[in-house]
Amino acid sequence: MRDSFVTTTSALLADDPRTALVLADISASVFAPAAHRHPERVLNVGIREQLMIGVAGGLALTGLRPIVHSYATFLVDRAYEQIKLDLGHQGVGAILVSVGASYDGSEMGRTHMSPGDVALFDTIGGWTVQVPGHRDEVPALLKAATPHDDPVYLRLSTQSNRLSYGGDTRLQVLRRGTPGGPLIVAVGPMLDPTLAAVAGLDVTVAYTHTPRPFDTTGLQALAGSEVILVEPYLAGTSSALVNGVLSHVPHRLLSLGVGHAEIRRYGTPQDHARWHGLDAAGLRASISAFLS
Amino acid sequence: MTAPTTTGYVDLDGLLRRLTGDEKHSASAHSTLDVVWVLYDRVLRVTPESVDDPERDRFLLSKGHGPAAYYAVLAVKGFIPEAWLDDLAGPESRLGHHPDRLLVPGVEISSGSLGHGLGLGVGTALGLRAQGITQPRVYVLLGDAELDEGANHEAIAYAGATDLPNLTAIVLDNQSATHGWPGPGGIASRFTVNGWTAATVDGRDHDAIHAALTAHQPDQPHVVAAVVDPRK
Repeated sequence: MRDSFVTTTSALLADDPRTALVLADISASVFAPAAHRHPERVLNVGIREQLMIGVAGGLALTGLRPIVHSYATFLVDRAYEQIKLDLGHQGVGAILVSVGASYDGSEMGRTHMSPGDVALFDTIGGWTVQVPGHRDEVPALLKAATPHDDPVYLRLSTQSNRLSYGGDTRLQVLRRGTPGGPLIVAVGPMLDPTLAAVAGLDVTVAYTHTPRPFDTTGLQALAGSEVILVEPYLAGTSSALVNGVLSHVPHRLLSLGVGHAEIRRYGTPQDHARWHGLDAAGLRASISAFLS
Repeated sequence: MTAPTTTGYVDLDGLLRRLTGDEKHSASAHSTLDVVWVLYDRVLRVTPESVDDPERDRFLLSKGHGPAAYYAVLAVKGFIPEAWLDDLAGPESRLGHHPDRLLVPGVEISSGSLGHGLGLGVGTALGLRAQGITQPRVYVLLGDAELDEGANHEAIAYAGATDLPNLTAIVLDNQSATHGWPGPGGIASRFTVNGWTAATVDGRDHDAIHAALTAHQPDQPHVVAAVVDPRK
């Protein structure tokens, strides 16, 4: 996904003089050709994440469309107040593009993990949050984000589904169970493990790479009395939203995602998926227990 | 918008008295009065008619607390009606204890949380340059205590390293930083070591402030340390 982001962004910088890229050393080497071609619109501020967002805010105030990129934990967690004030409170937007989603950086440890990034955007509100599940979903999302000035967070991951599912931001039904039966909403790269987990179960599985704004219309149309969320970030991030949409109907909600407790172990992302119950076997166990 | 009925520095005192309800920050508010006045009266190329002109100079009040002097100067210069001064931070007021750029004509940034203005100023200067807009200068006013915030030091180092030419920082020094900025050169030295040019002046002397604010060099960022009486 990062390669796709680099290629697409380099092309956008060449095609659209309104775009600018702000980096804090991360990925600077792969953007070196773009920086050479557009030295005044590709800005590497060094390892200064607060400044990176502040600069993006200033660029946006002059009418440019900044794309800002780093590891999720540095881009979002560290610079949270800058996102809130230098963008949101100024009434300007930017396209923030992260890598290192949740436990992608598990072998580097907690310092490089950010499972709480989407929850942080929820505390500000107004952000479009996109979580592609495949590298081929990235270019269209990025291109669609550049012509306007709204705030967009694009969360890239090394976790990927086998197939790409296009640019539609609505819930896409990939597996249809009995109408009114259990609905499972899988976000981004959680789709494949979810589909594997529910083999043989009578459930509907819907996919989205755009959890904010959540497709509430699609949710209302598809949901029966049992809804299961499978999200690649903190468990429960979307539960208040889903409960709000379904407040007028009796329902039960199971929210699966990354656990809140720090595991304090290294290992691979696959290990962490297993420890958080987000591999196919773990999901199967949680979903079966909920529905039984 | 009603036309201003007052026109000069001598009128500011009366306007400041109308800005009631800002007791907590009054010392801070008045410390900036002379610098802000000189900026709007003699330096900035911006008028109420040109607040959206890309070619205007930008003034970013990073030290967003105690903006009474700022509001008073904006009123005198016709950016906002004087009547707005009478209901500071009231339920219907556009003027709060920290300014909001979406509520006040001519206000370039919303500020209050310390340490945000210089980064925004760097980005503004870079954004103008990227669009080939080379005439405007970007002025950012900070406080000496605000300089404690690490975000400022990210901006100082980067602006110096990239020779950002159209940026001027003004540090209003009323010696309110908890640990001070002592040592040879004081505040100015923190900037010059990073490649800025610097001037330190009496923050009440209009001619000295004016000279310092216009003493920038063509290829470096510039800082003016404006020293006023310590905060009481």
